[in-house]
Amino acid sequence: MISAPDVVAFTREEELEDELCSEPPLPEEYSVPLFPFASHGANPWAKVAGSKFTRDFILISEFSEQVGPQPLLTIPDDAKVSGTFDLNYFSLRIMSVDYQASFVGHPPGSAYPKLNFVEDSKVVLGDSKEGAFAYVHHLTLYDLEARGFVRPFCMAYISADEHKIMQQFQELSAEFSKASECLKTGNRKAFANELEKKLKDLDYTRTVLHNETEIQKKANDKGYYTTQAIEKANELASVEKSIIEHQDLLKQIRSYPYRKLKESEFHPYEPEAALDLAGTGCDQDPTTLDLVEPGPTHLYSHVPSYTPKLIKAKSAKCFDKKLKTLEELCDIYFFTQTLDQLHQIERTFRGDVCYLLTDQISRALLKQQSVTNFLFEDVSFLDEKPPEKQYRGCQELGQDAINRKCSEESPAPKVVISLGSYKSSVESVPIKMEQDLEDSPEPKMSESVTFEPQENLDYLDADIKGSISSGESIEVLGTEKSAGGLPKSESQGSLPVSPSPQAGRSRVGSRRTVSEDSIEVLSTCPSESLIPEDFKASYPSAINEEPYLDDDEDGGLRFTPTLNPGDADEREDLSQQESLAQVDSACCIGKESPNFLETELGQKPCDEEGVVRIPPQPSRPAEQGLRGTFGGFPSHDGISGGLLPCELDSRYPLGSRELSKSSLDECSDSTSYMSSAASTCSDRTPSPAHPACQGSERHKKKAGQNALRFIRQYPFAHPAIYSLLSGRTLVVLGEEENIVKKLVTALSIFVPNCGVYAKPVKHWVTSPLHVVDFQKWKLIGLQRTVSPAGVNVLHALSRYSRYISILDADSKTLRCPLYKGTVVSRLADHRTQIKRGSTYYMHVQSILTQLCSKAFLFTFCHHLHLPISEREPEESVAKRRMNFLKLQLGLANEDIKIVQYLAELLKLRYIQEPSQGGNPVLRFDYVPSFLYKI
Amino acid sequence: KSSVQTIGEEQIQNPYTELIVLKGHQDIVRFLVQIDDCRFASAGDDGIVFLWNAQTGEKLFELHGHTQKITAIAPFSSPDTSEEKKHLILTASADRTVIVWDCTSGRQVQKVSCFHSTVKCLTVLQRLDVWLSGGSDLCVWNRKLDLLCKTSHLSDAGISALIELPKNCVAAAVGKELIIFRLIASNYGSEGWNILEVKRLVDHQDNILSLVNVNDLTFATGSHVGELIVWDALDWTEQASECNFWDSSVNPDAQTEIKLSQSPNETSVQHLTSDEECVFAAVGKGIYVYNLQMKRVIACQRTAHDSSVLHIEKLPNRQLISCSEDGSVRIWELREKQQLPPEPVPTGFFNMWGFGRANKQANQAAKKMQENTPMYFLELVGDLIGHSSAVQMFLYFDELGLATCSADHLIILWKDGARESRLRSLTLFQKLSQNGDLQLRS
Repeated sequence: MISAPDVVAFTREEELEDELCSEPPLPEEYSVPLFPFASHGANPWAKVAGSKFTRDFILISEFSEQVGPQPLLTIPDDAKVSGTFDLNYFSLRIMSVDYQASFVGHPPGSAYPKLNFVEDSKVVLGDSKEGAFAYVHHLTLYDLEARGFVRPFCMAYISADEHKIMQQFQELSAEFSKASECLKTGNRKAFANELEKKLKDLDYTRTVLHNETEIQKKANDKGYYTTQAIEKANELASVEKSIIEHQDLLKQIRSYPYRKLKESEFHPYEPEAALDLAGTGCDQDPTTLDLVEPGPTHLYSHVPSYTPKLIKAKSAKCFDKKLKTLEELCDIYFFTQTLDQLHQIERTFRGDVCYLLTDQISRALLKQQSVTNFLFEDVSFLDEKPPEKQYRGCQELGQDAINRKCSEESPAPKVVISLGSYKSSVESVPIKMEQDLEDSPEPKMSESVTFEPQENLDYLDADIKGSISSGESIEVLGTEKSAGGLPKSESQGSLPVSPSPQAGRSRVGSRRTVSEDSIEVLSTCPSESLIPEDFKASYPSAINEEPYLDDDEDGGLRFTPTLNPGDADEREDLSQQESLAQVDSACCIGKESPNFLETELGQKPCDEEGVVRIPPQPSRPAEQGLRGTFGGFPSHDGISGGLLPCELDSRYPLGSRELSKSSLDECSDSTSYMSSAASTCSDRTPSPAHPACQGSERHKKKAGQNALRFIRQYPFAHPAIYSLLSGRTLVVLGEEENIVKKLVTALSIFVPNCGVYAKPVKHWVTSPLHVVDFQKWKLIGLQRTVSPAGVNVLHALSRYSRYISILDADSKTLRCPLYKGTVVSRLADHRTQIKRGSTYYMHVQSILTQLCSKAFLFTFCHHLHLPISEREPEESVAKRRMNFLKLQLGLANEDIKIVQYLAELLKLRYIQEPSQGGNPVLRFDYVPSFLYKI
Repeated sequence: KSSVQTIGEEQIQNPYTELIVLKGHQDIVRFLVQIDDCRFASAGDDGIVFLWNAQTGEKLFELHGHTQKITAIAPFSSPDTSEEKKHLILTASADRTVIVWDCTSGRQVQKVSCFHSTVKCLTVLQRLDVWLSGGSDLCVWNRKLDLLCKTSHLSDAGISALIELPKNCVAAAVGKELIIFRLIASNYGSEGWNILEVKRLVDHQDNILSLVNVNDLTFATGSHVGELIVWDALDWTEQASECNFWDSSVNPDAQTEIKLSQSPNETSVQHLTSDEECVFAAVGKGIYVYNLQMKRVIACQRTAHDSSVLHIEKLPNRQLISCSEDGSVRIWELREKQQLPPEPVPTGFFNMWGFGRANKQANQAAKKMQENTPMYFLELVGDLIGHSSAVQMFLYFDELGLATCSADHLIILWKDGARESRLRSLTLFQKLSQNGDLQLRS
């Protein structure tokens, strides 16, 4: 990670000195070497002195095409957390390490826009200035109004503890991938919605234009075309082209999941295995963005019926528009899910790394204790099955950490990609971007088309290939498949590229500085290094090529949106749904081409006469030579979609600069055209973090606090806890539900589980108890009422008093058997120094674990339960058993019963056949009870 | 105000420290019948018969066939001589049918529905390989469910109890009368039987509620007004009778109290059981031990329960179990007077809720026993509290424990916790060795 060792040490020393000076002077003879960290509240773990922030947090940043890197939000959303930490600076840092500047946009030479699929990148970086270390997770989201349709974002987990970031890298990566996947799923959904609306707008616009053209034509019977008419026709054509491209985009984004499913390693909910669509036009210098589409001003209310608006070919300056916020970019459900997940990450990883490691190790170990772990451990965690490798990973990392501690200077683990290569990759990307993004508007018009499914399939195939290879060319922490895809991208890159005039210029614009210090990229598969640098530099559009190549291979660009019937239907809906409401539209068509924008409505006949030529057609001589004719265009649309924008640039007959630009723009549109499945988003909903874990964590804390309060407040806590541990049902009786529930929560941490199911705890009961309840529940909160029904409740209590201990929350009394053992006093010392609930919970867990191990020993010692020889009387076995409990296990008095009860539970669990539920057994003792009062 | 003996919470001699609740019935469970060493059947007002494993509490079968409540149940096993012993049970219901069930397959074997009245009792004469059904008349059936013969209409109320007597005789309690019938082989063959009324005994003043065989030569009856009559089984003469269970001679100390609270219910003989020496009678709330030799009550517990005792049974080890409408089951031990009962241990029971058990002094009643009269006394050694309503009946399974059925629709299996624990250990190690877990793994 940080190769600069200075980062932490120096600042800390300064502070230390200051604080040491402020201590009152001590007489020489008493002076003891001070604990070096004593000034930090005597907490030897408070070592993160160099940082400017108090605790770990998550930062989400964006590389805005308008203002450059900017922080968006932090989790927790609290100004105190980041303190004096310079979020802006750090945003710049983390955004600057984004490697995935792979192609998005319209490949030169390919007839339609293509999307790339790039995995999120995961990087670790450190910053000496801020004293921060960060796990940085880059991702891109789609935005119809953004340049190249993509918006680069990153999520960073920022900690002052370098070790934490390194050792928890895998876990962080896994968790952030989940969050990212969730966010991107929501984004695809939102993007698809946006596309649909845009399509409606376009369709509507086309209708309007068409009508106007017709009118003009009728009005004008002189036999020649006015400039107005020609412009109108051009505009109409551009709208039609735009429609096709948007349809293509929509299809791409919808078919995304299917594509993903074709991947052998694809697991819908495992983000790490998932290739995502990643348009990466991220690193554009804002100043080059003169051609960005203006953002649509129409707001999307999530009303099913959408009123199309007339899209005016009016350009807006990119700085006039307001970029969508992160929230707007994502479906709201997924957005909140993502935030939840991030909060969960923050909760999971905050705190000292040693705690995290211990927790992970103990979890892993506990899983192995299959015989006893059900007793006191969290059921939810026992059920969950995290990948085995995770533990291994953490072990490795742990060792790694140890090694590193031995030699602080040791270089970072894994593969370090040289800065040079990194830079070059960054460089190469923007170039492509430039090209694609040059012109945004969709100047061509096309009629709505019928599509042919099988070709669509072909297209998809091609798309996948292309996307994989392109995305992986720069892979940080790459997965295996990225390596596999690599050669292909190379080969493709070497194929002839249609020259694009903008390439050079864009390269210049995309330059950016990479901060020099301490960027290390963890990469298991440094695919980047495999690609010759020169190659990249010299063929900036290499990646762009891929889609084109694919198309070639597949015999063309013809794709149809009907990959599946559902899509087709939707498409039909789309085309039929247009309504005539007129709206102002911010989505402009080809802003850069004023001609278009200002044209009056053109005449349709002029189209037919070939006055306006459709850009895409000529570009692809090989397969699509026919397209060039204007008249043919509408019919072609279905097939080729008029998506040969690249060619347009250079060869468009009209040759006007504006026109070519606009066509380029179109390309870019179609480039980011993604087919992710808006319709299927819902099925792919990422699972919402670990609600169970999260909940249980909170529960533990709360229960620990309540338990602490209980043992301090009630002098008879010991017998009460003994009752629970020995399997005697404890009934908490009280009038007020809150109080009772709180007590039940507090005491629940002492209740052994009887089986795999939830703890036998019932928080609130209002009806009279029955013997069945004692069989099922070991801790019950019971309502006391004065009504006749309440009398019944109390009557039942007294009737079954032999099975239960009763804690009266109102009169603060306890009726239960005597306890004279020692275990519980260690478990619940009312003078304990423990102050925090979670700490106390862990203390309890440790003692309970001790008890479990004793119970385990006791249960599985053969001779303690069965005679050694056949003739041995039962009495001598019993005697041996007692001796073992008392002498070997060191148990006294009632503690024996606890262990016996636990042993009984172990036995029951072990011998229980999974198939048969088995009748729950209620065990009890005939022992006298006593009344305890405060 | 009540003098019911209580034992408190410390019950050293009570072996039942584990229980399993068996749920299934939807109405009062009235009958439990043992099928073999480890199975029993339960039946009640919901008309369903359940078969249970007495060891594990596993529900084996749920037998549906009756549409109304079940009024009688009897095991009907094939004779031991047959190669494969077939376990059958007979059930009679208020829907005027009798069904034979196969306990192995859980299926209905046969159904008889030609009765004119509800069959209230069933008796199997194993020796003759026939079974009898008693309703308003008495019918004799063979194993194939052929009606062999029947009596004329006896009474509308019908036969309330039926026992087998020596010499192919049966005694049937019909109202106040006890009627002796004899089965006579018909001339045609071994399968044919005729039934003849031999004698009518009208010594009881009130309805006969219980009828029990004491031994081969004696049987006993008890009536609603507290008469206990011991009969000679051969010549059907009265050997002895006891009709003053509340008499001062028996229990002079409690005389005044008894007289105040006398009512037929208090004195009705609900159930009788016996061993070779004694007849044990559940009379009202009390339990009485009548010695056949001495022809007098040798021990009693006047208020053994809070309400009527419904069923009592003698265990081999001088212990007696009783169950009652108050929902409790109590275990008694018959002890000789000479050995003083151990000092009762204070129970530490505190009445926290302003009410509770009125009687706080344990074993008060035990001390009340008069030194002079009975030579024995019944010592309460344990009570089982689990049911929330009247315990109708129980079934003693020796080692396997005790099954109790109740009006709260539940059956509870009471088990010896220490034994169960041992058994579980045994199973555990068996399973361990099965799984190969006992081997050291490298």
